[in-house]
Amino acid sequence: MQSLDPRALGLALAMAVAAGLVGSFAVMRRMTLAADAMSHVALPGIGLALIFKLQPVVGGVAMLLLGTLLIWALERGTRLSTETIVGVVFSAALAAGSLLASGEELIDALFGGAGKLAPWESAAGLAVAAAIVAFVLLEKDRLIVSLVSPDIARTAGIDVARLDLLFLAAFSLTVALGLRYLGVLLMGSLIIIPGATAKRLARSLHGMLQISVALAVGATALGFVAAALLHRETGPLVILCSASFFFLSLPFRRTA
Amino acid sequence: MENALEVEGLTVRFGETEVFRDLSFHVAKGSSFGIIGPNGAGKTVLFKTLLGALPHTGSFRWAKDSRLGYVPQKLDIERDLPITGRELLAAKGGVSRAARGEVERVLGSVGLGAEVAGRTIGSLSGGQFQRLLVAFALVGKPNVLLFDEPTAGVDEPGQEGLHDTIQKIQAEQQLTLLLISHDISVIYRSVQQVLCLGRHRPVVGPPEECLTPQALAELYGAPVRFHVHDHAEPRP
Repeated sequence: MQSLDPRALGLALAMAVAAGLVGSFAVMRRMTLAADAMSHVALPGIGLALIFKLQPVVGGVAMLLLGTLLIWALERGTRLSTETIVGVVFSAALAAGSLLASGEELIDALFGGAGKLAPWESAAGLAVAAAIVAFVLLEKDRLIVSLVSPDIARTAGIDVARLDLLFLAAFSLTVALGLRYLGVLLMGSLIIIPGATAKRLARSLHGMLQISVALAVGATALGFVAAALLHRETGPLVILCSASFFFLSLPFRRTA
Repeated sequence: MENALEVEGLTVRFGETEVFRDLSFHVAKGSSFGIIGPNGAGKTVLFKTLLGALPHTGSFRWAKDSRLGYVPQKLDIERDLPITGRELLAAKGGVSRAARGEVERVLGSVGLGAEVAGRTIGSLSGGQFQRLLVAFALVGKPNVLLFDEPTAGVDEPGQEGLHDTIQKIQAEQQLTLLLISHDISVIYRSVQQVLCLGRHRPVVGPPEECLTPQALAELYGAPVRFHVHDHAEPRP
């Protein structure tokens, strides 16, 4: 049960903008499944943080960034697909995490929970969201060219491995932003569903980015309002709104 | 003539499998260089190696002022993404710091209209999409073009038109062209030197010496027929 906290809402909306942008590129890079599983890696970090009496979000972020480095290195070292690596590594993370955290804490970590936001958390969150948005907008051209073909990207002087790592890091940080409200199980969906919906509706990349951000922000705002009205947890309501947008979009399809 | 590319004793292996070995050739600046050979001979691997994407032994050296433009045989991108042709070209322009108006210039030189460039890539025909890829390679003013089967998936009249376009761009802008093609007649009439990659030792030379029926039968392990078009212009 929660009331509408303006600071929490502000941070959640900033997170939604980041999620809409990162999600569009994640969908275009065919990371749909991987993205969802990737968010699970935060769980053992949250578990460890609880054991050592640290802020859960700090443990989650640390583990996400470590996980990012791990898949990036495995991808380069083994030439397996991201989907395969993420599938294996992060199912293991979920299993380890559920052993480390338990009871109420585990439910909060999985699905997000309430709790007052400290001013430093809110400031750090806004800074991270701004950094993610800036990264996607500034690197948009490089991301598109490497999406077409990594070999073409190389001829244009793009360091493809570095760009991949930065994108994975942006993705992980977006997950980290949503841990508190949506939890490790749901955050991946907020990143992916608006991007997937926008892909169906848009007629240009520009349009896709705009629609995706609008849907992520809309679902987050609606979820917050619904949570306050219905006295329920925010996370599941945000995801339900987002999924509703997807189902509502199904009859519509771009024509050109 | 100065060389755009010099290759010395280049060998590429994938584990135990040797894709090709001890490859040596050079490509003169402003010339057209063809690469032919049966499937699996390592043509695409050679391109990827020259782009610096694969481990190898031996050496290759591009001229210092080289700017590469590449059309790969296969793309990673899904065709159903909502990206317009113009957005793709603009992204390449942004990365290569192209001047304003360059996107329109390359669209013009490959013969794609503004209406087509504004459509999503999934709605383009095979021929239009391949032209877009050539345009994509041309953004950033490259002086060397590496084209890996640039007419793949295009019907025959479309292939002729696209090859003519490529030849025209190459001649007008004095570009060095490295061209992989299965179409021996295209290679015969459009390149000065050809590299035949196959099961035996690689051979490099002018097409009229390398592309004899006997040499082709040896290269492909079966007789190969090809038609030299009557309207082919004499090579310089």
